Amino acid sequence: MKILVCISCVPDTTSKINFKNNDTEFDNSQIQYIINPNDEFGLTRAIWFKENDGAEIDVVSVGLDNNDQILRKALAIGADSAFRINQEALDSFQVAKLLSAHISNNNYDLVIAGRESIDYNGGMVPGIIAEILKFNYVTNCVGLEITDSSAEIKREIEGGVETLTCKLPLIIGAQKGLVEESDLKIPNMRGIMQARQKPFEIIQGKTEETKTKTIKFEKPESNKEIKLVSPDNLDELIQYLHNEAKVI
Amino acid sequence: MSILVYIESNQNQIKKSSFESLSYAKKLSKLISLDVIAVVINCSELAPLSDFGPDKIISINEKELELFNAHNYADVISNVSKSVSAKNIIISDSINCKYLASLLSVKLNAAFVSNVVSLPNSTNPFVVKRSTFSNKAFCEIEINSEIKILSISKNSIGLNENKSEPIIINPDINFTESKLTSESIKVSEEKVSIEDADVVVSAGRGLKGPENWNIVEDLAKTLNAATACSKPVSDMGWRPHSEHVGQTGKPVSTNLYIAIGISGAIQHLAGVSSSKVKVVINNDPEAPFFKVADYGIVGDAFEVVPKLNEKLKAFQAENN
Repeated sequence: MKILVCISCVPDTTSKINFKNNDTEFDNSQIQYIINPNDEFGLTRAIWFKENDGAEIDVVSVGLDNNDQILRKALAIGADSAFRINQEALDSFQVAKLLSAHISNNNYDLVIAGRESIDYNGGMVPGIIAEILKFNYVTNCVGLEITDSSAEIKREIEGGVETLTCKLPLIIGAQKGLVEESDLKIPNMRGIMQARQKPFEIIQGKTEETKTKTIKFEKPESNKEIKLVSPDNLDELIQYLHNEAKVI
Repeated sequence: MSILVYIESNQNQIKKSSFESLSYAKKLSKLISLDVIAVVINCSELAPLSDFGPDKIISINEKELELFNAHNYADVISNVSKSVSAKNIIISDSINCKYLASLLSVKLNAAFVSNVVSLPNSTNPFVVKRSTFSNKAFCEIEINSEIKILSISKNSIGLNENKSEPIIINPDINFTESKLTSESIKVSEEKVSIEDADVVVSAGRGLKGPENWNIVEDLAKTLNAATACSKPVSDMGWRPHSEHVGQTGKPVSTNLYIAIGISGAIQHLAGVSSSKVKVVINNDPEAPFFKVADYGIVGDAFEVVPKLNEKLKAFQAENN
């Protein structure tokens, strides 16, 4: 089985978000980049298929050379080959188009992307790829088993879980729950050394087409002062919630 | 040309988030002078829709669409969109809506913008505000494509009643059946889901162990609330992953969010920042959650929560 994991390079989850150039650009000074957590859950599941079923794993990312470090990390924890599509990611549609071109040039049985990136939160890249390439698609994926060319997928739904089946090829949107947090891999020295010998290809992207443009950022208004209530006077809290906030 | 709103229903009941989508569409129609058409799949209780002003309802009844399947639903909505020349398609931010919208965007060669929190501040060019960086920021997006799909963040626009007398039509519909088969659906019947809840009661490591969750569940029951938890709690297996709220879990935009024994890591606060009113109960007055909450109690959760529950029950008894 040949698996492709699509990886987005995102600011570390603890990052404070700031903007520059009159709030038109993300301020990336002092930002540590990581593999998008939803993609990492997917990559971890792919590594399980490699370790247990001998699957072969490619990883791909759209972006400039600052993405190389996270692709190297993916190689260090178990991916076999890395591809970087050398184009600045401008919007979800453009990224999905670039990834679709790569996928149609290779025969993948399974494509894994995160449900959404934790920076842009578009949540549409795997779905757009699915529709362009006519793959079966399941997102919010919290379970994936593959036997021969059949997949059984668990997807989170509101208040529960749905189990679906289909034949490969398949593309999923991975999220928390697909693997346990304790299954996530940390690169070791051996993995890091091996990663240097693994294929790492830079591909020139071919589409500039976008459908959206981000023109300005803003941060949420800072909160008003908190009202503290004594634990001995909980009626006061109830009055606040009823009369002032009007939520109960 | 028109604005099309996809209406979601569950067991013949229209979801509240779809009324919000319709409210958004009606406000948008005043800016761009197009009719609002609601499309509903397999729901016969359509009367409540007319409170929110659609000009027309397209009601599709098809046995093969009984179960939600994103591929099938996207195909149906795409065909309906084409038949009414929809320029804007408004949906909610629900799991299923976002799932089908990315497929739909390719079928219609449309732009899809998710997590929209405002009406367009300009319609030519079309610019809307959406939340980004997992609710740590907002951005203004200019959409360059003729057809636009917008998914509206829960509680960002609110409901806006606007009575109408819509025409109801029941068209025949064709779609290409998906090869993805639903085998089973397991939904917890007695519990309120985080996505649907108006109130969420959430707890963290301060509760010391899963055996102490009864005080959280009791409070949630009184408030008809969903229960949620912080990341460490779901990582340790005290609570299911589906309850994890935050940057890598799920965002919560509810009316009232009660955080019990949650210190308030930046990732958790991002996930709840769009909730309207936040109450924090924590014995550590330095907990970061106190900096973002509206109301706070510095105290022992094991004493405060059961007492608050009793007081709330008494309050409800008095006010009903």
